[in-house]
Amino acid sequence: MTELPYVAATELAALLDAGDISAVELTETLRARVEHLDDKLHLFLKRTDERALSDARAADARRSSGDRLSLFDGVPIGYKDIFVTRGVPTTCGSRILEGWVPPFDATVVERCSRAGLPILGKLNMDEFAMGSSTENSAFGPSKNPWNLKTVPGGSSGASAALVAAGGAPWAWGTETGGSVRQPASLCGVVGVKPTYGLVSRYGMIAFASSLDQAGPLSRTVKDSAALLTIAAGHDPLDSTSIPQAAPDYLEGIDRGIAGMRIGIVKEIESGDGMQPGVGERVQEAYQRLEKLGASIEEVSLPSFEYGISAYYLIAPAEASSNLARYDGVRYGLRSSDGSDVGAMMARTRAEGFGDEVKRRIMLGTYALSAGYYDAYYGKAQRVRTLITRDLERAYASVDLIACPTSPTTAFKLGERTNDPLAMYLSDVFTVPVNLAGNAAISVPCGVSADDGLPVGLQLIAKSLDEATMFRAAYAFEQDLGWIDSPEGRPPL
Amino acid sequence: MSMTATDLYETTVGLEIHVELATASKMFCGCPVTFGQEPNTRTCPVCLGLPGSLPVANERAVEHTMKIALALDCRIAEHSLFHRKNYFYPDMPKNYQISQYDLPLGYAGAVEITGGFGTTRVGITRVHLEEDTGKSIHVGGSGRIHDSHYSLEDFNRAGTPLVEIVTEPDIHSAEEARAFVNELRALLESLGVSDVRMEEGSLRVDANVSVRRAGETAHGVKVEVKNMNSVRSVGRALEYEQERQRKALESGERLIQETRHFDEKSGTTSSGRAKEVSSDYRYFAEPDLVPFEPTAEWIERIKSSLPELPAARRERFVAQYGLGSADVEVLTSTTSLADWFEAAAAAYKGEPKKVVNWIVADLFRLLNEAGIEVGAAKISPAQLARLVELVDSGAISGKQAKQVLGDMFATGNDPEAIAAERGMQQISDEGALDLVVAEVIEQNPGVADKVRGGNIGPLGFLVGQVMKKTKGQANPGLVNDLLRSKLVE
Amino acid sequence: MPIDRAAVDHVARLARLDLSEQERRRMSDELGKILEHAERIQALALDGVEPTSHAVAIRNVMRPDEARPSLTQEEALSNAPVAEGGRFSVPRILEEEE
Repeated sequence: MTELPYVAATELAALLDAGDISAVELTETLRARVEHLDDKLHLFLKRTDERALSDARAADARRSSGDRLSLFDGVPIGYKDIFVTRGVPTTCGSRILEGWVPPFDATVVERCSRAGLPILGKLNMDEFAMGSSTENSAFGPSKNPWNLKTVPGGSSGASAALVAAGGAPWAWGTETGGSVRQPASLCGVVGVKPTYGLVSRYGMIAFASSLDQAGPLSRTVKDSAALLTIAAGHDPLDSTSIPQAAPDYLEGIDRGIAGMRIGIVKEIESGDGMQPGVGERVQEAYQRLEKLGASIEEVSLPSFEYGISAYYLIAPAEASSNLARYDGVRYGLRSSDGSDVGAMMARTRAEGFGDEVKRRIMLGTYALSAGYYDAYYGKAQRVRTLITRDLERAYASVDLIACPTSPTTAFKLGERTNDPLAMYLSDVFTVPVNLAGNAAISVPCGVSADDGLPVGLQLIAKSLDEATMFRAAYAFEQDLGWIDSPEGRPPL
Repeated sequence: MSMTATDLYETTVGLEIHVELATASKMFCGCPVTFGQEPNTRTCPVCLGLPGSLPVANERAVEHTMKIALALDCRIAEHSLFHRKNYFYPDMPKNYQISQYDLPLGYAGAVEITGGFGTTRVGITRVHLEEDTGKSIHVGGSGRIHDSHYSLEDFNRAGTPLVEIVTEPDIHSAEEARAFVNELRALLESLGVSDVRMEEGSLRVDANVSVRRAGETAHGVKVEVKNMNSVRSVGRALEYEQERQRKALESGERLIQETRHFDEKSGTTSSGRAKEVSSDYRYFAEPDLVPFEPTAEWIERIKSSLPELPAARRERFVAQYGLGSADVEVLTSTTSLADWFEAAAAAYKGEPKKVVNWIVADLFRLLNEAGIEVGAAKISPAQLARLVELVDSGAISGKQAKQVLGDMFATGNDPEAIAAERGMQQISDEGALDLVVAEVIEQNPGVADKVRGGNIGPLGFLVGQVMKKTKGQANPGLVNDLLRSKLVE
Repeated sequence: MPIDRAAVDHVARLARLDLSEQERRRMSDELGKILEHAERIQALALDGVEPTSHAVAIRNVMRPDEARPSLTQEEALSNAPVAEGGRFSVPRILEEEE
């Protein structure tokens, strides 16, 4: 049997039902693993060991009396520290929220708790989810378990690293421009960006509201499908939540992809910032999909290349407004400086926010300010329309679009911290999906020949067509067999 | 204002009115809308602006706004959006206000107002929905913002649904402004969407006032006047402000575009603290709320739920009850008074017009003295109807009835019981009165002679004497008849 | 092309960020670079293209007007940096409400 930390949640559920393991044993094992990992990788901003154990004990009691809350009752989970948790400090990776104890649970947390998932703790992230490496965390960066000198990606970097290194079968991350898929790709795990509106944003600290969406990270495609099933579906607390119940994404996931039409993007060329090893793996992946019975055809997405430009106007603009509430009045940090309330707010924000957050607040404020709105924010919203139209046009002839998740594998810590633009460009293949609102997944396709680090294949689906996306990703994963092989585990 | 001033200068006023809606819960969360609770006991993650919280629009607030818009003859937008208005202020939990910008729920309406100035049509630019802020209290110094040491924030009010109504600059005098606010208040009251209490801040009026020389085409400098807490202070503030601007223009002073605050005590306006930075609200579509696109059916349903509006009611009062415009104006000044009158008129067996005098003259005076609305009065419309009927039947005199009304107003008791308790009954017994009349004639021979001589004038004096002797209980009509029969015929 | 210093100062004031001199200089450079990249969209033909402000085509989302329990005063103030008499305390306010 695979060592417990690497057993998938779907399999753990069977072991728990069979009585082969208990939720307490599982939680203890993961706690010990996390203890070991946290020293090396710096994953948790807050661990909730005691609570996880008492949750696990309750789960065991329920199972033995035959009334488990769900198939996964007792399978522990970690949350990116962007999810608000009642009674558990939530910082969003920022000094400005240090010490804040929320009086409520995010809908995602509440639904997972209702399914019986013990909470392991709160995971590190780029401050307010702004970043692609977790280096922007106010509490120090996390590291990639594949190579401790490299970043795990971001902003949900610690969620991806935790799952990759066997600290938990699954974890929740969030996306605004690729913050689940990119770290999933860099850490060699599965990461999902659901259709905008599928998972409630209630209790997910806002970065850019029209783009934000929670997404599962896990080692297997099935686990992500299962976790999404637990949390997806209409939430009356979120006005942008799609008013329909979500299906069971495990159903029909193994039907294969014979006859499926998969588009590859004409405008994405190797070179052009793409690491050769990444290009190779992705090309192989296309061939594998074809081998599995899909037809591969070229689609054109001419507006794709404008995604980054539009994104880095829209996201900072919304962020500048979303982050205005951190002012030292009601919660979080308050500067002792400042003789009047305006000065106190400005000092609090100067002391409490990190460089990248300040940069984006400045950028967003500028883009919205009088005289620039039309040229920047207004235009960016129109580009967003173009990108959506391009994708819609493409889906007239294909069921899915395939491309790399990230143009490179994990980069070195500190390599891009002084060049914001270079950092932004690592989101080039993920950002357009957030702008259009579609669903997408990153699934591992092995390691790059040039550095031995994981490469992710991205599959982009139509809005609300997660089922097709999971089916293809699952077929690919099973045929590749990488994640279940010793090569699919980081050397840690 | 002197004639010359009015002739030489032209005042232009546009009003911006904020109305707190009387909903059960706040605009974007389930916290109850209340007044006067302990501080910060009506808040939740949403209205405190806690991280992760999200707004969901209150259906009744949206419908109330559409009602107001339709009642103001506005068009309902096919596509309406909430926007964020971004500025920092400690009583605003998110440091942005969810409001509406270029796509308000209602636009392009109008209201007609009538008064001594004639009839004026005031255009309604827009009707939009937004959220209210919290409340600051200033501690130290004089307790005013400028010299306080620190401030304390209460967020109970934060997130209360607020409708903003903006008029076109169609108002040209303080009197018209007052009439407009009165009309709007009556209209809002009839819709049942707000408490419309200016003193408690559930109706807030700001005015943009400019004055220019008559005949000039360029607009005057616009001054925003705030802090008018009653209809009366709207009138006083605007009168002061137009006079101030007129004088400034006359003396060649340059007016500046600014915000001025009305001071109730002194009756003057004074300049607010100038802002360091000019406003730049960075409006953008609120991404946490989806657009509103009211369907034709929805609009129709709301339209058909509208009650009779004050203007229509006034017309009906004239037609149905044959009332004069002065009476109608008083009776329709509030919906509750108009309702009260109609209930009394329905209960009354005679001509409805007869109860009007009792309401407009006597009841109204009592209400004013007590400082209450008719809804809070102890007397019921049916009781008033019965009081008038007692007079009609001759059971008590009109003078007695006024005393009875005073008691009814104070106690809520029935008029019959009060009259009996006070031993009131009208003396209509001819035999009994005959004796008193004879006595009065005997005691006032000079006056009696004058009347006999054809001078009817002093007859009233003799009637008064009879009334005095009978402690007001004599039927005055009968007394009159008896005196005439003895002296004139 | 760096954005000019006056603009940096203005935006920092709007955003209530008390930036240091060094931060201001760096912002002027970095924002300039990012905006330069963003300038690429100026080349696109966008006339007649509707802006997208929401990624979902949902309309008229409302909740029924029902009151729900609020937080207690203690809960509401539990994270307050400074509170007094059931209220959040702040340093003196210089500017009038908008």
